[in-house]
Amino acid sequence: MNRDDDAMIETRDLAKSFTLHVQGEIKLTVLDGINLSVGAGECVVLDGPSGVGKSTLMRTLYGNYRVDQGAILVRHDGGQVDLATATPRLALDLRRRTLGYISQFLRVIPRVPTLEVVAEPLRARGLGAQEARERAGALLERLAIPRRLWSLSPVTFSGGEQQRVNIARGLLAGHPILLVDEPTASLDADNRSTVVTLLREARSAGAAIVAICHDPEARAALATRFYRLPPRELAA
Amino acid sequence: MMTPSAEQPLLTVEGLTKRFGARTACRDIGFSLWPGEVLGVVGESGSGKTTLLGCIAGQLTPSAGQVWFEARESGRVDLAALAESDRRRLVGHDMGFVHQNPRDGLRLDVSAGGNIGEPLMRAGMRHYGTIRGLAAEWLGRVEIDATRIDENPRRFSGGMQQRLQIARNLVTNPRLVLMDEPTGGLDVSVQARLLDLIRQLVADLGLAVILVTHDLGVARLLAHRLMVMQDGRIVEAGLTDQVLDDPHEPYTQLLVSSVLPL
Repeated sequence: MNRDDDAMIETRDLAKSFTLHVQGEIKLTVLDGINLSVGAGECVVLDGPSGVGKSTLMRTLYGNYRVDQGAILVRHDGGQVDLATATPRLALDLRRRTLGYISQFLRVIPRVPTLEVVAEPLRARGLGAQEARERAGALLERLAIPRRLWSLSPVTFSGGEQQRVNIARGLLAGHPILLVDEPTASLDADNRSTVVTLLREARSAGAAIVAICHDPEARAALATRFYRLPPRELAA
Repeated sequence: MMTPSAEQPLLTVEGLTKRFGARTACRDIGFSLWPGEVLGVVGESGSGKTTLLGCIAGQLTPSAGQVWFEARESGRVDLAALAESDRRRLVGHDMGFVHQNPRDGLRLDVSAGGNIGEPLMRAGMRHYGTIRGLAAEWLGRVEIDATRIDENPRRFSGGMQQRLQIARNLVTNPRLVLMDEPTGGLDVSVQARLLDLIRQLVADLGLAVILVTHDLGVARLLAHRLMVMQDGRIVEAGLTDQVLDDPHEPYTQLLVSSVLPL
């Protein structure tokens, strides 16, 4: 039945609209007929003009947005799970172990130290505090976050520092599928190249990556393929 | 926690309805909760959130429906069908209840250490040294200086009182903790500390929590799943980020769009 047996994540006829009840019941159809399949070791960069629905597709692939119709088939625990119909509990397990998301924005409880923020996904998978912290520290070091900042909350960090903390947190647990939204947007050249290297390493290690990335150099370095979103038709 | 299908839900509420005379405070509520999960319940005052907590905590008897709970000793029982005395004993053993106002959950005429020791004694612990040792340990866990063990909590700040209430509730290792606006009356800086503490304890102890709050920010940071209540009903439920970022129901959209941007 599978169209693509090697797919790590695959959508079938995915459609997503928003109905704005507070604003006169306007219905916006953002995605329609999306068929995307990404295998291990691939990095598919989403393509298309601003407003075509790249971010919406990304959030939908993570289960952050719910779909109107279609399936999101995810390889999980040796089987295949449809995220579009999964129970919240299964969706959480999928996120814990299979599906990683690196957004542009960091959302954390104030006060929690950076090292804990980064180590948390490993802790959630049952790793001991000490080992999780060590691995978090090693990754923060590669991303040039100075050790003296590790005990502070990232809330007060600069945009570029927050983004690197976010990337460390997203990469640390080694999820087999990574959804990456503008990973290099607010970084300087050195940090940009570190992030690209880290993502390429993840890709070589077999991760299936879906990315939104406008920076031409990073795009060229990361993409094994582009997926062009179909143009949106305005709903009547 | 690793394999979702391996274990039973800790709590399953089915068709729960609670009437007060002609008024229906909760209508046909149903959901399940697993160990390690934090379920947020949001909605405005009068939506039935606190009544729902009261029915689960055994303080109120539902007018209809079941509250299946996996008790440590007696296994799966319907709390709604138990006699009140049995229900109170079981709930006292296996559940914690953190009130919005710490004065409702603490005994202000008893020392800080006594507030933590009392539930242990109620659970049958007798050895004074052990009880005092556990009380000191729990003061540390909730970030209260153990030298204040003999002080009366009346002299504590609101944030400290709230942390003491949490220690009093967790010292007996409950499996389910119900929290009614636990950060409600606190300053924002104190709130952040308490949120962090709750997050850590929940993760370390693998607790299941039902967190009633009207603060969507608190729900986002602590809750894995969210239920939105309006007029005694669940109008929308799902993963917390789904409900907040892609609300479907008119009422949820109104709630989310009413939050002032920061």
